[in-house]
Amino acid sequence: MLLELKASLRSASAEEYLCRLFEKIEKSSLNAFTTLAREKAIEQARQFDKNPGQGLMAGVPIAIKACISTIGIETNCSSRILRGYVPPYDAHVVERLKAEGAIIMGKTNMDEFAMGSSTETSAFGPTKNPWDQTCVPGGSSGGSAACVAGGEAPCALGSDTGGSVRCPASFCGIVGLKPTYGLVSRFGLVAYANSLEQIGPLTHTVEDTALLMEIIAGHDWRDTTSAEKGSYLAGLKGDVRGLKIGIPKEYFGEGVNTEVEKAVWDAVSVLENLGAKWQEVSLPHTRYALAAYYVIAMSEASSNLARFDGLRYGLRQLGEDEDWHTTFSEIRAKGFGPEVKKRILLGTYALSAGYYGRYYLKALKVRTLIKEDFQRAFKDVDLLASPTMPIPAFKIGERINDPLSLYMADVFTVPINLAGVPAVSVPCGFAGRLPIGLQLMGPHFGEATVLRAAHAFEAATPFHERTPEVV
Amino acid sequence: MDNVIIGLEIHVQLNRLQSKMFCGCSTAYQNSEPNTHTCPVCLGLPGSLPVLNRKAVECGIKVGLALNCTIEEETLFYRKNYYYPDLPKGFQISQYDFPLATKGHIMILGDDGAERDIRINRAHMEEDPGRLVHAGTIDKAKYTMVDYNRCGMPLLEVVTEPDLCSPKEARTFLDKLKSILEYLDVFDGSLEGSMRVDANISLKGGDRAEVKNISGFKGVEKALSYEITRQKNLQRRNIKVVQETRHFDELRSITVSIRSKVGAHDYRYYPESDLVTLHIASWVPGIRATLPELPDTKRERFVKQYALADDHAKSLTSDIKLANFYEAVVAKAAPKLAAVWIADVLKGELNYRNLGIDEFRPEHMVDIVQMLEQKKITEDGAVEIIRSILDKKGGSPEEIVKSMGLGKAGDDAVQKAVREAVAESPAAVADYKAGSERALNFIVGLVMKKTRGKASPGEVHDLVKSEVEKC
Repeated sequence: MLLELKASLRSASAEEYLCRLFEKIEKSSLNAFTTLAREKAIEQARQFDKNPGQGLMAGVPIAIKACISTIGIETNCSSRILRGYVPPYDAHVVERLKAEGAIIMGKTNMDEFAMGSSTETSAFGPTKNPWDQTCVPGGSSGGSAACVAGGEAPCALGSDTGGSVRCPASFCGIVGLKPTYGLVSRFGLVAYANSLEQIGPLTHTVEDTALLMEIIAGHDWRDTTSAEKGSYLAGLKGDVRGLKIGIPKEYFGEGVNTEVEKAVWDAVSVLENLGAKWQEVSLPHTRYALAAYYVIAMSEASSNLARFDGLRYGLRQLGEDEDWHTTFSEIRAKGFGPEVKKRILLGTYALSAGYYGRYYLKALKVRTLIKEDFQRAFKDVDLLASPTMPIPAFKIGERINDPLSLYMADVFTVPINLAGVPAVSVPCGFAGRLPIGLQLMGPHFGEATVLRAAHAFEAATPFHERTPEVV
Repeated sequence: MDNVIIGLEIHVQLNRLQSKMFCGCSTAYQNSEPNTHTCPVCLGLPGSLPVLNRKAVECGIKVGLALNCTIEEETLFYRKNYYYPDLPKGFQISQYDFPLATKGHIMILGDDGAERDIRINRAHMEEDPGRLVHAGTIDKAKYTMVDYNRCGMPLLEVVTEPDLCSPKEARTFLDKLKSILEYLDVFDGSLEGSMRVDANISLKGGDRAEVKNISGFKGVEKALSYEITRQKNLQRRNIKVVQETRHFDELRSITVSIRSKVGAHDYRYYPESDLVTLHIASWVPGIRATLPELPDTKRERFVKQYALADDHAKSLTSDIKLANFYEAVVAKAAPKLAAVWIADVLKGELNYRNLGIDEFRPEHMVDIVQMLEQKKITEDGAVEIIRSILDKKGGSPEEIVKSMGLGKAGDDAVQKAVREAVAESPAAVADYKAGSERALNFIVGLVMKKTRGKASPGEVHDLVKSEVEKC
C-alpha cells in the first residue's frame, strides 16, 4: 500500500494528500494524536511536490508514537511530567525515516510512558478504537494503531515492551511487528523497560511493515545493543510450502475467547492449505511469564523514570523551590499518573535490598527459562502461531480499575519480549465488528520468515482489506 | 597516632582521556562556561543511551595492574540509583559485582619509618556526576546551581582496606597513588577536582564516620585530623560516635554532618542492560605489555644504575617528570652530583616558587653540574644560577655566570687574598693562637669579600688555617 501511495504522490500532490489527513484528524473523535507537526509537515510536502526525492519513503507521511524523540516536536510520552519537552535531537529511527524522505505528521497518544494495554492511562485521555468508539484501541501504542486503522495516517511507528505494538495492531485490525531485541536502535526511544523494548511499525499491510523495517532496522553505534539488519522486502513474496509451524498448547484454551480461538485455528488451516505443516509444541514456562515480565518491567521503570525531576525539562512549578527532596517529590507527585506511580513503587520495592533476590533476580531466572523454551521450540519448527490477544478489544473503562484482568490480557505477548524474539500480529478475522489478530513468532533475527508467512497469509485472506467506518 | 583506623575511597578522574565515559563530549571542560560540555547522553535526556569509551576501561585495567590487582575475567556495569540534582539520570552508571579489578596492594613508607603494603580492596569504573555550586556554605546555602560539564567524566574509584593509621599516612598513600597514576599517563593531578577522596575513619572500638568528597591532599589531612579530635572528644565525654556521612568544609577546616542521599543508603544496584558484559581477560596481556616502569622499580634501578642514595632515588622517582628530567641530565653529567643538585636544591627551589619541573630545562642542569665538576663555579654560584633561571631573568647558565660574575676565582687570586687577609687581621690571628677556632671565620669572611664570593668557603677555610699556622 505504501509503495502504491508513494507512486501516486508523484503524479498527484503530497501537500493535498497531507492536508486531507490533517482535516480528517481535526474532525476526528479518535484522539489518536497528542501533538501535530502540521506546518513543518506541509512545508516538507510542498518541497516534495516541487522536487520529489528518491528516498524509500519520499513524500509519505508517518505518525510517530509520543515516546520516540523528534527534534523540535514535543515528545511527552502522554505524561504531564513531560509536557512541553521538545527534544533537541532525533531518534535513530526518525533520522532514518527523514533520510528516506518520510514526512513526520506528529506524535501519537499512548498509555503514559507505555504502561498499559488500552491507551487509557494517557494524561490526554483515551484513544478510541476506530471499529467501535466505545472500545479501547489496545495499547500502549493505541494512538499509532488507531490513526492507521482510522485512515488518519498511512503508517506509524510504535514501541513494544510487552505487546505494545502487537496488542493495538490486533485490536485495530492492522499489521504490527515487534522486531528481535537489538534489531532496531533504541537511541531516542524514551525508556520504560529498556531490556525488553523495541520500536516497531504499525501498517495496513505486511509489505508496508517490511518496507519500514528496511529503513529503521540495523546497527547504530549509539545503541550498543543494536545489530546488523537482514533483508525483508526481497523474499517477502515467497511461498510457505514446507514451513513448519508450531502451535504452543499453552496459548490456547482457558481464558481465550472462543471466537478468537476459532479465527486463529482457521488461520492455521489457511497456512496449511498454502503448503505449511503444523504441529503442537510446548512452551512450559509460559505461566510464569506475566509475573516475571511485570517484575522486570517495573524494576527497570523505577530506574528509567528517575530522571524526571522537573529540574532540566518538563513539568516544573514556578516560584520558590523547597529543598531538593521536597521539590522533586512534589513535581513527581503532580507529574505522574496513578499507573506510573504504581509501577515505580512496585519496581523500587522489587529492587530494594532484601527483596532483590526474591523478585528481580528470580524474574531474571524465569526469563532465561522462557528464552530456552523458545530456543527448544525453534529446533523443531520454523515459526510459532497463536492469538495475539486472548480477547478482542474491550470497552473503555471496563478493565482500567481491575489491573489483574488488564495485565492478564498481555499473557501471549510478554513472553516474546522476555525471549527477545520477533513476532508480528496480522488481522485474521472479526468477532462481531472487532478485529482479531494472529501472532506469528520466529527465532532471533527470523523477521524475514515471519514476514513471509504473514504475507502469504494476508494474500490468501480478505481481512486486511476491510476498513472501519469512522464517523 | 594510635588506635586510629582509616580507609579511603579515592575517585580518580581519568582526565588524560579525550572523551567522556559514555559519550563523545570532550573531557577538557576546565575553565569552560558551565553546561557547555554536554550532550543528550551526559545530560541524561529522555531516550539517550550510553556508549562505552573502551579506552576508559583500558586505562582502568592499566591502573588495576599497576596496583597489583587481579583483573576479573568479565566485568559489567550496574546502575546505582539515587536522587540528587547533580545526577541527571537519577542513577549513576557504576560497577558492583564483578568490578574491573580486585585485591591489590601498594607499598608506602609508614609513620614508623618502615615500608608496608596497603591493601586495595577493589578498583571500579563509574561516571562522574555534575557539580553543585552552593551559594554560601552547604548547610546554609539559599540556592544551589548545577554544572553538568563534569557529568560523565570517566572515574576510577579505588577502595583501600582500613590499613592506614594516621592522617599523615593517608597523605603518604595518596601521594604514592598519584605518582603511580601519573606514571601511567592516565591522570593529571594538577586539574581542579581531579582526585576526590571519601575517608572512613574510626577510633578503635568506635563507629566510623565517612567524610565525603574531600578535594586535595591537604584537605584530606585536615579533615582526618579534625575528625580524630572530634571523635576523641566525644569519647572523652562518653558520647557515642554515630555512623554517619559528614562533609568537609574547606573554608572552616571542619567536618559537618549532612543528610544522606537516600535514607537507608539503598542504592538498588542492578545490571545496566544498555551496556554489554565485557570479557576483559583477553585484553590484559596487551595492556600489561604497555605498562611503563613504575616508581618502586625505577627507584631500585636508580640506586643500582647510578649508585644513588636511596633517599635521592626515592625523591627523584616520586614524580615521573622529575625522574625523566634526572635521566635526561645524567645522560651528560655525573649521576651522583646531578642527583644531589636536582633532589636537594632544584626541587626545593621549585617548591618554594610553586613551579613544576617543566620550568627548568635539563640542558641547563647539565651545564650547571658540569661547571661544578670542573670547579668553574662554586656551590653558592650554582644556587644563584638556578634561582636566576627560575626567576626568569633570562640567559643560559654560562651567560649568567658571565653577567653576574659568578666564575670561581683562580687559585692565585685566592692565595693572594688569603695572605692579605691574614696580614690585615693580627687580632684574629692572636685569638686563634689563644685557642679560639672561631676566630678564623672572621678572616675567611674577609677573603670572601676580597674575592667577591667567587671562592669556595670550604677551600678558603683550609687555606686560611694553614696560612695562620705559618705565622
